[in-house]
Amino acid sequence: MTAVMGRERLKYYSLTGEQGERAVSDGLAGGSDWFRSDIERKRMKELMRRSDFPAVRDTLLWFGLLVGFAAAGVALWRSWPAFICFAIYGVLYGTASDSRWHECGHGTAFKNPWLNDRVYAIASFMDMRDPTVWRWSHTRHHTDTLIVGRDREIAVMRPARLARLTANLFGLLEFPHNLWEMVVHASGHLMPDERTFVPAEEERKVFRTARVWCVIYALMVAACVVTHSVVPFLLIGGPRIYGVWLLEIYALTQHAGLGENVLDHRLNTRTLYMGRVNRFLYWNMNYHIEHHMFPMVPYHRLADLHEQVKHDMPEAYPSMWAAYKEIIPAVLRQLKDQTYYIRRELPPGAAPYRVPPDGRAVLEG
Amino acid sequence: MPTWVAACATEDIDVEDVIGFRHEDRDYAIYRTAEGDFFATDGHCTHERTLLCDGLVMGRVIECPKHNGRFDIPTGKAIRAPVLEDVQTFPTKVEDGTVFVFV
Repeated sequence: MTAVMGRERLKYYSLTGEQGERAVSDGLAGGSDWFRSDIERKRMKELMRRSDFPAVRDTLLWFGLLVGFAAAGVALWRSWPAFICFAIYGVLYGTASDSRWHECGHGTAFKNPWLNDRVYAIASFMDMRDPTVWRWSHTRHHTDTLIVGRDREIAVMRPARLARLTANLFGLLEFPHNLWEMVVHASGHLMPDERTFVPAEEERKVFRTARVWCVIYALMVAACVVTHSVVPFLLIGGPRIYGVWLLEIYALTQHAGLGENVLDHRLNTRTLYMGRVNRFLYWNMNYHIEHHMFPMVPYHRLADLHEQVKHDMPEAYPSMWAAYKEIIPAVLRQLKDQTYYIRRELPPGAAPYRVPPDGRAVLEG
Repeated sequence: MPTWVAACATEDIDVEDVIGFRHEDRDYAIYRTAEGDFFATDGHCTHERTLLCDGLVMGRVIECPKHNGRFDIPTGKAIRAPVLEDVQTFPTKVEDGTVFVFV
């Protein structure tokens, strides 16, 4: 495989380029042949069962913390404790909103669809992700996980865009990009790649949402001007810059350095253990292989699902640090060797890996 | 010509559950709701052809196991994205403990 850099690399991963067509013709696209562990139907139904209690409890706590730290930050403004309050508020806004967006987008967080939809709308705004576009983008991510030319959510390409990844720890590229997308949507257009996965009948919703969001952001800017203060920006929008660093650290553990163009989530996704605080902020998405294999299992049952299927899984990483000790060298090696990817050992007795019959995953990663 | 075909015994399906049924190379999903009513639809989700028999029945709604799209079971109406197209439904009847589907 010839090394691709710069624009060629973007073209290689583009949803409108040759790789997407190739994935379709090679039978990699469409998501019908992915490996899944066997689970007895009765047990699966228990794991899939919905409940409002865990998500209501966690959402009330989340909103309570957001309001509390925001109020404390405003009250203590111009003193050093305000810095701590906004640092925590920023993570609760910029990082925790992503997992709420994600789980409510799947429709699994709450049993009550109305609650799912309301929290999804709020979290989408906080995440600066159009709820319609990203619902379809994430649908594609689950259909064609890390299939090149099909999955828009491949965060770490081969070779990795290291400057971009570093900048996005502080939202430096994603924040202006998301603002630009919002303006484009508000003007009645989709981005070119969005046209490949957003149905035409859904477009109006995108434009309407963007126009409402533009008004909210305009009011925020006006509030900054009127009050001669940056506080309104620190409360709305700003956390997408100063509060996303932890989200990026979480998110890169999901797939970085693992296999592309495979049909087995054990080859392209990572499960790791985390402490209670991180699992609250991340809503248990550290059990990411399990989530991809069975996306209808709510976040609050993923630990149980993990226990159910771990005999089929590569050993879970004991910590984020352990995961990064593998990710960083792998990503650096992929700068020179784009065929390399981490292929982890399965425990004895586990179902063997499923790779596409054309051997493409083995040859090209 | 469509005809009544024996799909399964009533006790083969738990209350508020679904099973798969294959007939002449076509997949069907047979449902038993919480009220004890039996229904049948095409076996695949209209979004990306995932088998609905692996999904979750909630009241009179079936949720696709892949992307969580939802259909109203009695009417087949698509009620949650990413499904936008209704799923085909088939008449059912129960006789002597057997569920028949008109296919």
